Amino acid sequence: MTQAKAISLISGGLDSMLATKVVMDQGVHVEGINFFTGFCIEGHTHAIRSRGQKKPKRNNALWTAEQLGIKLHIVDVIDEYKDVLLNPKHGYGANLNPCQDCKTFMIRKALEWIEDNGFDFIITGEVVGQRPMSQRKDLMPVIARESGAGERLLRPLSAKNLPQTLAEREGWIKRDEMLGFNGRNRKPQMALAAQYGFKDYATPAGGCCFLTDEKYSKKVVDMWQHRSSRDYEFDDIMLLKVGRHIRPRPHFKMIIGREDGENKYMEGYRKQFISLYTTSHRGPLVLLDGKDISDEDIQLAGRIVARFGQGRDADSVTVQAQWPDGEAKDFTVSPMPAEEIIQDWYV
Amino acid sequence: MSLHELDARRLLCPMPVIRTQNKASTLAAGDQLVVTCTDPGALSDIPAWCRITGHKIISSTQQGNEIIITLEIGET
Repeated sequence: MTQAKAISLISGGLDSMLATKVVMDQGVHVEGINFFTGFCIEGHTHAIRSRGQKKPKRNNALWTAEQLGIKLHIVDVIDEYKDVLLNPKHGYGANLNPCQDCKTFMIRKALEWIEDNGFDFIITGEVVGQRPMSQRKDLMPVIARESGAGERLLRPLSAKNLPQTLAEREGWIKRDEMLGFNGRNRKPQMALAAQYGFKDYATPAGGCCFLTDEKYSKKVVDMWQHRSSRDYEFDDIMLLKVGRHIRPRPHFKMIIGREDGENKYMEGYRKQFISLYTTSHRGPLVLLDGKDISDEDIQLAGRIVARFGQGRDADSVTVQAQWPDGEAKDFTVSPMPAEEIIQDWYV
Repeated sequence: MSLHELDARRLLCPMPVIRTQNKASTLAAGDQLVVTCTDPGALSDIPAWCRITGHKIISSTQQGNEIIITLEIGET
């Protein structure tokens, strides 16, 4: 019999690792696939910031694939994902997380991949009842149907709780060897990980998407509201992960680097935004994101920049403003007192 | 064998790996690809990606903020 081939959605977390291993043990050839939406929380996104660098930097999806000894295909879906975020058929979760539509989208993309590459079925690490939006038992058939994958979708960790799929019917895997995990209890996964000898896996069931984060979601909404357009570019969503965001006027906001790593990262955006920094004292790099930014606005921003630098208690601080074309202007301000920075300005 | 270059500066993980993967898919076995990155994560990710896809790291150096990784395309 020809060896069956499956693609497994690898998030970098424990469940997809276990699900893949369960199917590999059935003699199926498995490769991994990982979709990059731009909103994925990765160790290296945090590495923009200098602090916490004692932690080893690694991409957990790549690490998981290496532990399993399988190939991993990382697919850039940033542009296609916009429609998922902007027009989710099934709505959002607690924040801007369109979990059900997201899962459907990823399985649909995996289906396209297996059709293009002559693979037989798709594996996910979903567990019935584990997540309130995308892993409810009643939604699992909906996701399978709406993605188009239908019975070509196998969820090995909960297969015994779900209808038979193509992989079982064709004899590519034995249903008896699949699992019947159910609910939010993580102990069965931990026990299986121990059985396989997996120790250093990523935080079990950890969130993997910035869109589940309340603060991040508020920044996205703020961006849409003030641009009067529910759209975004990749740079927009990256900059929402960086710095303090303060909107002192409706038509512009300030992105204030919180430490050296962020300042360095933001340097790369100085040809796209007006940038400010203090020249008389150490301080953060600041980008001004907005339109029709006047000299008066720059003066105001300069006072706020001075507040966040080491000259905050000085009588006057020199600030340099630089425009995207390289033109620069120095000016002197008195740092804004803390009590004048209105809490509502913080995005 | 031919030598190719890829500029992945200012890209954060996993974009340097994705760009490397996409470029490598257009090259022949034995070709070399020089990738320039600024994300320190590339130092672990590109070699990890090479190990699981059968490519070989020839060298990996850091010059200031830039990381230069040379890899040889394997038989896939």
